[in-house]
Amino acid sequence: MDLEQVPQEGNATLDGQRKLMYARDAQGRVVTTPSRGWEAEEICTTHAVDALVEQAAAAKARVLAGSASPLEYWMYTRRMDVALLSQTSGFWQWRVRRHLQPQHFARLSDADLARYAEALGLSVDTLRKLP
Amino acid sequence: MNFEHQHAAHCESGVISNLLRHHGVPMTESLAFGLASALSFAYLPFIKLSGLPLISYRMPPRAIIKGLLAPLGARFKFETFGSPEAGQKRLDELLGQGQLVGLQTSVYWLPYFPPDMRFHFNAHNLLVYGKDGDDYLVSDPVFEQPMRCASADLAKARFAKGVLAPKGLMYYPQVIDKAPLAADAVLKAIRKNIRTMLAPVPIVGVRGMRMLANKMQGLPAGDAHTVAYIGHLVRMQEEIGTGGAGFRFIYAAFLQEAAQITGRAALGGFADRLTAIGDDWRVFALKAARMVKGRDSVDPPALARLVRKQADQEESFFRDLKRVVA
Repeated sequence: MDLEQVPQEGNATLDGQRKLMYARDAQGRVVTTPSRGWEAEEICTTHAVDALVEQAAAAKARVLAGSASPLEYWMYTRRMDVALLSQTSGFWQWRVRRHLQPQHFARLSDADLARYAEALGLSVDTLRKLP
Repeated sequence: MNFEHQHAAHCESGVISNLLRHHGVPMTESLAFGLASALSFAYLPFIKLSGLPLISYRMPPRAIIKGLLAPLGARFKFETFGSPEAGQKRLDELLGQGQLVGLQTSVYWLPYFPPDMRFHFNAHNLLVYGKDGDDYLVSDPVFEQPMRCASADLAKARFAKGVLAPKGLMYYPQVIDKAPLAADAVLKAIRKNIRTMLAPVPIVGVRGMRMLANKMQGLPAGDAHTVAYIGHLVRMQEEIGTGGAGFRFIYAAFLQEAAQITGRAALGGFADRLTAIGDDWRVFALKAARMVKGRDSVDPPALARLVRKQADQEESFFRDLKRVVA
């Protein structure tokens, strides 16, 4: 890539930050220059973020319908899945899956709720309900 | 502490070159990357990130730091911890002694990251150069300016769980031999990198690219999973770290430095060739992104063809390079 081809497309996912890129100057030397981002990156990052936002929105609808616990909503809001929440909280995956159901979530002890709250970086009160 | 932050393209090579410069070793990011033989390709279907395979365009975390030890005659101390409290105590202790400390962290729990970039990716690297009240003073090389991070956030980032969990990893140099860099060490590093790229292992180097191409070939075109997979490929290539193309451009910069150090002018021509290969990785990324966006129809075999072409180009590149550094 030549220096003048370094994209400065204002990739929104960079939130105004610039990243450093290596490119060739007129003498053929590879030098560094900051870049405001590239459309291709923006598309793929936005796509991934949107998928996570959709998961959280779907979970929210299920919580409101009474078929899921707030834990599911917060798990997706924190961009986690069952496997990662299991590793972070220390609960086995089958237990995490059970706690995504409202009736099991309601029976969780304060200590168990605190473990989830810690794993998700929330207060226990926040974890108990939707925002 | 009198510390000079410098912007870098990639976290680990940026951290280590900033750290070495702080200790008086003249080091650029690209030279650190090349000396550590860090250019690679790996397709690791058994390691999943959010259900998608790990694809890496460089050597695994810590490889750059470890790869630099021998050529620089350096020794680093690596420490991990059982609890966030112990990790923070030790960090404060080292900062108190005036030590500049490297850390492995998750990206997700660092509040200064742009919200859209905060994924659960655990192999990020940064330097801590001081503490002000409850805030750590952070030199994160992928940002233009130094950052601040509250101690609770940094503790969460250092002790995040999951794939490549950092376990609070910190590192700092114990001994650095300040002898000038030998031409031999540079050639040796290039030869090592050639061996990785041409390794007789199906998931590594050019063979890994071909295996990925075969996997892509079979993806159903109309599936949401296929689109997620393609988007993931580009994100692994372009965003996490600095990407397939980005790493090739860094290595091209290294080859120019290597031509100077070793006096083998032919390496300069290889820099141009690798830059062209990097450009083709960007063509691949753009094409894939257009499919994700829905501007082009989703065509996994077309992408597979491009990856195979990259494998062929890189294979002949490294075979030719081998003759020059033999």
